[in-house]
Amino acid sequence: MNPEPLGNIFLNALLINNFVLSTFLGICPFLGVSKKIETASRMGMAVTFVMLVSSLCAYGINALLIAIDAPYLQLISYIVIIASAVQLVEMVIKKFSPALFRALGIFLPLITTNCAILGLALFQTSKQYDLVQSLVYAIAAGLGFMLAIVLMAGIREELELAEVPDLMKGTALVLLIAGILSVAFMGFAGLGA
Amino acid sequence: MASDEPTSADTFLRGFWRDNPVLVQVLGMCPTLAVTNGVINAVVMGLATTFVLVASEVLVSATRTIIPKQVRIASYILIIATFVTMADYLIQAVSLEVHRALGAFIALIVVNCIILGRAEGFSSKNTIGRSILDGFGMGIGFTLALLALGTIRELLGNGSFAGIDVFGPSFEPWVVMVLPAGGFFVLGGIMLLANVVKQRQARA
Repeated sequence: MNPEPLGNIFLNALLINNFVLSTFLGICPFLGVSKKIETASRMGMAVTFVMLVSSLCAYGINALLIAIDAPYLQLISYIVIIASAVQLVEMVIKKFSPALFRALGIFLPLITTNCAILGLALFQTSKQYDLVQSLVYAIAAGLGFMLAIVLMAGIREELELAEVPDLMKGTALVLLIAGILSVAFMGFAGLGA
Repeated sequence: MASDEPTSADTFLRGFWRDNPVLVQVLGMCPTLAVTNGVINAVVMGLATTFVLVASEVLVSATRTIIPKQVRIASYILIIATFVTMADYLIQAVSLEVHRALGAFIALIVVNCIILGRAEGFSSKNTIGRSILDGFGMGIGFTLALLALGTIRELLGNGSFAGIDVFGPSFEPWVVMVLPAGGFFVLGGIMLLANVVKQRQARA
């Protein structure tokens, strides 16, 4: 058991060790779906939801794997869980909001290969969080991802109006902005206990 | 790509520069940025990824006629996860220190988009031999990109190369380079350089 208080876990995953800007998880959607604030925030919500579901399932599966003494199946079972959770979210979104489904496009199935989600499942296992701690961790990580991607989308929307040299256009510029954001997030390092 | 039948050498070589997975296709960003704060970490990560890439491409290519189309992605993920588990235990057995430094990122090779991308985009349509070539080419290209990043970040951030002191004690390290922000800056810089080179080539 990990005695870490819930508030600490929350702050830690949300700001201090922000999944995108400090631990480099979920960079692909961060670079790919951050052109518009609206799409970015929806992507953030979808990721948060998938994180919550897979964190819950990962907790159960881990208990089961320890019970039957098969830790080498951890990785394989986690990835299967995440893939099914993503499939579920995809069906729900397709049913309730076809417009959002089209807007997210290829990035929805790609949540499966979003390392933030598998990373979350692996971290919560290695930190030995109990169920409540895991869920708080998942929500904070999801919100942290959303915060980072929305911030980035906001900056990129403004950049549309700016004159950028041809050479800088595309990934290079986005990476440099991400670097500056990451420096800004380093300021949160003093927050933790 | 498969229809115009490129030569074997071309299949092997294009991962190095023209279709470099990191610099051109912008795939596999997470491990690229996360483990390149040192040369050793970068090389181990590159080799582990190459191993998983080649092994999975071979198996995917060998089973390409057996696996039904509808469940192919799920099957590929399972194949990849199996080889990653193997690589994970192997690194743990060889060097506990490196395993601890890389942490969860070895396990995260599973979700490295390069591997799934090559499995789906290349080896599900090509023979085993070509898949091996492609796997090695892409893997080496990935390792080279990681090595470039790792070298720059360790040299500037630590004044050393693979743990060996280069600049001597009077060097003031640029701490930001080994921190997360440095990863973004260096990769952004490398991509800028690649853009410059490509623009020159296009003009010539």
